[in-house]
Amino acid sequence: MTKLLQTLFDGVAVGSLYALIALGYTMVYGILQFSNFAHSDIFMTGAWIAYVVSAAAGWAVIGGDTPPLYSGLVALLASMAFCGLLGFGIERLAYRPLRKAPRLNVLITAIGISLFLENIGQRKELFGTQPQKMPQLLPDTTLFTVADVNFRIVDLTVIAVALVLMGVLQWLVFRTRLGRAMRAVSYNIPVASLMGINVDRVISITFVIGSTLAAAAGFLYVMKYPGALKQPADSTWILLGLKCFVAAVIGGIGNVRGAMLGGVLIGLMEMFGAAYLSPHMRDIYVFSLLIIVLLVRPAGLLGKATVEKV
Amino acid sequence: MAMLEIRNLDVHYGAIHALKGVSLSVEAGQIVTLIGGNGAGKTTTLRAISGLLRPTSGEILFEGQPIHGRPPHELVRLGLAHSPEGRGVFANLTVDENLDLGAYTRSDKAGIAADRDRALRLFPRLRERLQQAAGTLSGGEQQMLAMARALLARPRLLLLDEPSLGLAPQVVRTIFDIIREINAAGTTILLVEQNAHMALRVAHHGYVLEVGRIVMSERASVLAASDDVRKAYLGGH
Repeated sequence: MTKLLQTLFDGVAVGSLYALIALGYTMVYGILQFSNFAHSDIFMTGAWIAYVVSAAAGWAVIGGDTPPLYSGLVALLASMAFCGLLGFGIERLAYRPLRKAPRLNVLITAIGISLFLENIGQRKELFGTQPQKMPQLLPDTTLFTVADVNFRIVDLTVIAVALVLMGVLQWLVFRTRLGRAMRAVSYNIPVASLMGINVDRVISITFVIGSTLAAAAGFLYVMKYPGALKQPADSTWILLGLKCFVAAVIGGIGNVRGAMLGGVLIGLMEMFGAAYLSPHMRDIYVFSLLIIVLLVRPAGLLGKATVEKV
Repeated sequence: MAMLEIRNLDVHYGAIHALKGVSLSVEAGQIVTLIGGNGAGKTTTLRAISGLLRPTSGEILFEGQPIHGRPPHELVRLGLAHSPEGRGVFANLTVDENLDLGAYTRSDKAGIAADRDRALRLFPRLRERLQQAAGTLSGGEQQMLAMARALLARPRLLLLDEPSLGLAPQVVRTIFDIIREINAAGTTILLVEQNAHMALRVAHHGYVLEVGRIVMSERASVLAASDDVRKAYLGGH
């Protein structure tokens, strides 16, 4: 019983992280119909910015003082702000000139941006090639224990931040004028422009939101797994990005609620597989789930098969 | 000064020369129709006016102001609304949300509410379906939604592309009655139609477009009576 609850809790924690990243993939796909493979480098950058800020503030000294309580918030906001700007810049400089180009060109550009960010990140003026460990900005303690299940502050923070951000996004997309414009643009760009919507601006905002969420996820990820910071070009980041892309596809790519569902499902799948089958094959469970979903519901769990009424 | 003035408009799609020196004008308060066969360039003309297409040369003046080359979202604010070919309703959004998007550029809450009420009086069927996804509407209802949505921008000039396409004759008559009502309430209309018979009945003036050129420009009643037009577009003898 304890094991079951503990696994459930861990699965939801890591799953909500995946969901935050999956949202970025799905929002961009929903509007521009291409997979933004540079997204995995955005959350890598988010995690590293959190580290750089911590190091600059003197919070990363090994054996130094415990970082102040607000340190986590400062690092989180700094990486969200930086990555929001980065996402804006990438869209403006790399993707917007290709608005009328075939989708394959955009896809290849995305891969190019991804390699560019990974490699430029390794310059010594930026993040360097030295593997680093994220300092413990949040107290590494158990807040409370229920039925022998430990609720760690880190995990609770991850879930709380992810839930708040997803709640805000849900409200933004389904309840505001901007959200209506985003959904209109994702359905039909020319007609959206006939409504008076500035399509380029909506696309910019979408990239900023997606990148901000990814930065938050990157920060939370290294809070939960401080050793995962490693190097900018480490395969951890690419694998994490791939998993979250899978989460978006499982939920139904282009569907905001689907990405949230897919992320949590994948987190649960991974944790339950690791706990009850074998911890060495956790990635295999994720991709098996993808295969099953694609066989049974090719459009994803919440995706609609595309039928157009003429 | 006409409300809309087009001079020597040329549009290319890649190597295809779709419009070849089209000139036309729409007087304020009128319904002007553009008729012609498939591929004549009717839709292209509307798309060039609303900014969806960039003309290669020529001028488009709206209320005296040049608008060619400006993006569509700016033209909506100037008072130009375009109900596009194929209706273009946002199928994944509710009828209510589609109407809200029609008023996207406006912030006068009271005015929007009044216009929404007026549009729903013109199209009472929509009122019953406000919370339904627009994709679940019938073709006729989608056409009504597209027109109602365009009206919510409170346009001075309304561009209508093939409002009768694919609709049952009964519904077509309803739609054309409403077009006349919209015009009577003060909105100028440029109407593109393949159903020349209906279009010429409601319009004041008509242009005939053939493979990218205007070949006739007459009062609508004159065109309706012309032998050439009857033979080519009205199925008469």
